[in-house]
Parts: sequence; structure tokens; C-alpha cells
Amino acid sequence: MANARSLPGISMQIYLPIAEVSVNAFLLLGLGGIVGFLSGMFGVGGGFLITPLLFFIGVPPAVAVATGANQVVASSVSGVLAQFRRKAVDVRMGAVLTVGGFIGSGIGVWVFKLMTALGQVDLFVQLSYVLFLGLIGAMMLQESVRAWMRTKTGGPVRRSHVHTWVHGLPLKMKFRASGLYISVLPPLGIGAAVGFLAAIMGVGGGFIMVPAMIYLLGMPTKVVVGTSLFQIIFVTAFTTLAHAVTSQTVDIMLAFLLIVGGVIGAQIGARIGVRLKAEQLRILLALLVLAVSFKIALDLLLQPYELYTVMPGLLP
Amino acid sequence: MRALALALALIAAPAFAAPEQIVAGLSQSRVSITADFDGTEILVYGAVKRDTPAPEGPMEVIVTVEGPATPLTIRKKARRAGIWINTDAVHIDAAPSFYAVATTGPLDRILSDTEDLRYRISPDRAVRAIGLTSEADDPDGFVAALMRIRFAEDRFRLLQGAVEFTEDTLFRADVLLPANLTEGEYKIRIFLTRDGRVIDTQDRVVGVRKEGLERFLNSLAHDMPLLYGLLALALAGFAGWGASAAFAFMRR
Repeated sequence: MANARSLPGISMQIYLPIAEVSVNAFLLLGLGGIVGFLSGMFGVGGGFLITPLLFFIGVPPAVAVATGANQVVASSVSGVLAQFRRKAVDVRMGAVLTVGGFIGSGIGVWVFKLMTALGQVDLFVQLSYVLFLGLIGAMMLQESVRAWMRTKTGGPVRRSHVHTWVHGLPLKMKFRASGLYISVLPPLGIGAAVGFLAAIMGVGGGFIMVPAMIYLLGMPTKVVVGTSLFQIIFVTAFTTLAHAVTSQTVDIMLAFLLIVGGVIGAQIGARIGVRLKAEQLRILLALLVLAVSFKIALDLLLQPYELYTVMPGLLP
Repeated sequence: MRALALALALIAAPAFAAPEQIVAGLSQSRVSITADFDGTEILVYGAVKRDTPAPEGPMEVIVTVEGPATPLTIRKKARRAGIWINTDAVHIDAAPSFYAVATTGPLDRILSDTEDLRYRISPDRAVRAIGLTSEADDPDGFVAALMRIRFAEDRFRLLQGAVEFTEDTLFRADVLLPANLTEGEYKIRIFLTRDGRVIDTQDRVVGVRKEGLERFLNSLAHDMPLLYGLLALALAGFAGWGASAAFAFMRR
């Protein structure tokens, strides 16, 4: 008999009201803590880690994506306040990126709903992860390894401001904090791409935004992280609201536990990150991104243990 | 002649009005899903009431617990262009979200097929009664998969021999309800069988509801989604600010 179960005392299982699963609270705090540690160390939101981890512990994908976005809001707010103190935020650039972000996020939420109806949302989310994480991870690895070699050999350092085709577009605008006079179209486009990813992957998109700002827009590195975080707050906040209103998939209880763990982890991560070299950090981050991408690709390529899945609800 | 008829009627009457009846109770008639909810156990207990001595042959008890029925979509993956994606789907109007059968012995021995068909007792019968709108080639494969997945999730259970039955009179069964419960009315049925035939049945209902904070958050999320979303954002914003402030304070 199953009588031996349900011992009274400290049961740290917590029932998540929206996800409708019971999960160990320490496990969630721990997950939040580990991801917070990495995000504090590398200066990224960590959404690309938290969302797949939530899939893994049995949170429904739609809830994981929406709640992941909510969690990124908290870590971005925490990060951007520190950047504001250093005056490392280009508010004007952030505003332009945010406008693009809203457009992209709106499209993303709509596509997410469409894919859910077609029964292909899991595939779509997984493919996005493999594609974007693989691409960015490979680029980052290549770039950071090269930079690391350069610092070892003492070769020439790449100029931060490079003139590219981006500077020839119309609708120019002055971005004083970045020291740029460029068209608003590229930041709008980058913002939209990141907003789209935020909606379908439950990520902030910092891993795509930061390289795009440096290499496509030619922004100075010191304002990149702050500005990226600034716009990520608004885009993930919009995404959270959109998911909450269209599909009721934001789980506050889950978000709260992840945030508490994440906040503590981020403090520790940031302190350890200071002691490591920037190039080494970037190589580690690139390897981490590639590992996540590789794991998800394997899931798609290998035959699943159970071919069938049961989803609540009706076919459209 | 009249006396004989009366005597016959006296003997026959209890046979028609079930000579053996169930008197049953439940440990609880409602289950509250609160924040620390981690599944619960429902105790179904009772006795067999008799007006006459028990007839020959072993008596058996079957207890079923059935959760609210919900619509479902079952999807099947197949390999397309090297990756595994959802291809076929079958739609089910209503399938029980939870189903447990506890018995005093092997179900196929204590319950005949005809009675099973009539009362839909075994998990197979209970689930196969559902309506299928098929868009796939082999709907049976999908239903079999549903059973397999539900059993693996502990949402379906066959607990043969789990009912304790003493002196052919007192019985008790503990049915464990898992943590991933669906809200609604859980129907509990108790069957008394002899020679595979059902002699008496009793129905009970247990209400499962989210309570307290769980209920509040769940209804807020569905009734006032915008307010709920803003609350989620306020929480995130406050936590982020709090962390930053605490960090700045600690560094000082």
C-alpha cells in the first residue's frame, strides 16, 4: 500500500497555480540561483538557460516561455540600475530599439499562438533555440578565441567604431551617449528581431543584442550592456503582459521563486566574474550557449522514447 | 396458499432489494489544493450490511475513483527530414483526467466482461467509452498511447488487491491522489461483486478545488489577465530593484 507517503513535517513541494504541477521549492530556488550566477558572471539575462531547464523539470512549454520572460524582467531591472549609476545607458537608442522590440514581440506572440494551434510550437521553439544559440555561440566563440590570441600575441586591437553599409541608410538620428549619427532603421530592425525571439523563446535576447550593437551599429562597448538591458526590460515586460493576456501562461509563483534564487545567484556571479578575464569569460559563455544548442538539437534528432504526447484542450 | 405466497415473498424480497448492501464513508469529501499541496490520500471505508446469512462463494469489493473529464489532443511524432516532429493528431472530447481502480483481487477474476461493459469499471473500458474524432490512420494506437502515458504519469492506476476486506464485512481502500490534479468533482464508486456479478453499488463525490493563494492567483490570471500581468511585472520590477539596492548597500 501507498500508506507510507505524505509524512507530515517540512515538505518543500510547492504547487504552481498556473503550471499545475508540484515542484520542489528548493529545486526552483537552485535553478534560479545557478542561472542567476551565470548571468551575473557573463552579464546576460539567462533566459536562454532558464526556459529549457523549466521544460526539463516538467513545466509546460507555454508556461515556461511566458514565465521565463517575466524572470528576465527582474534580472534586467537589477542590472540596468547598476548601469545607470555608471551612466552607461543610451536612453535614446534604447527607446528606438524598444519601439522595434514591441513590433517584433507582437508578431512573435501572434506566431506563438498560431504554432500552438498547429501543434508545432515545441518544434518551433526548439528549432529557434538550436538555430540562434548555435549561430551566436559559434560566432562568439570564434571572435573571443581570436581576441584571446591577440591579447597573448599583443597584436592590434579592433577599432570600436567601424563604418559599414549601415551608415548609409536614410532617416538619420543623433545618439549622443553612443556618439553615433546613424539611420533609425537598423536599430528598429535589431529591436524587432530581438522582440520576436523574446516572445517565442522566453529570452531577453541579450546574447543577440550585444553583438549586433557592437558589430552592426558600431556602438561603444561601455554603453552596450546598459542599453541592451534597458530595452530588454521593456520588451520582456511587453511579452509577459501579452502572454498573460492572450494565453494566461504566466505563473507568478514560479517566477517569484526563480527570481529570488536568481537575484542571490547574480550577486555571487558578478563578484566572481570580476576576477576573470573578459576574453576567457566570453569563451566560457560561448561554450555554454553551444552546449545548450547541441543538447536541444540532439532531442530533435534522436528518436524520442515516447512518440505520442497528450495535450489538454481541443484541436482548433 | 396465501401463507405460502407471503412466505415466498418474504424470502424473495431481500433478494430483489439486494440481500447485501454497502454502507460506505469517505475520509474527506473535499480536497483543497493549497500552495504546499503534494497529493493526498482518500480513504474509502465501509461495511456490508446483511439481513440474512451470507451466501456461499467469495465476496469481492471494487472501488473506482474518477476525475473530471477533459478534452484532449493526442499527437504522434514521426521523422520528417531527419527531425522528429508532430504529424498526426487525434482529438478526444472527454477523457477522465484521473482514474484509479482498487480491488480485493485480480479484476478479470472478480468481475465478468458483461458487468465490466455495463458499469465501465476497468481503466480500458472507462477510457474507451470516450468519443474519438479520428484524423489518423490507427486511432487505437493513439488510445493505447494515452493509456500508457496516463499510467506512467500515475494518473491512471490499477491497484489489484489494494482493498482490505475483513470477514467479508469490513473493507477499506486508500487511494492516493497525485499532485497534478485537475480541479472538479471526483466520482467514487464502490461495487460489491460475487461470481463476477455486481450485487450492489454506491456512489460518492469528492470535490477538488484550488484554495487560498492558489485559488486567488488562478482566478486572477483568468478573470483579470491584464491586472495579473501587471502584478507579475510589479513583482519582477520590485525584486530587481530590491536586489540592486541590497547589492549596493552590501558593497558600501
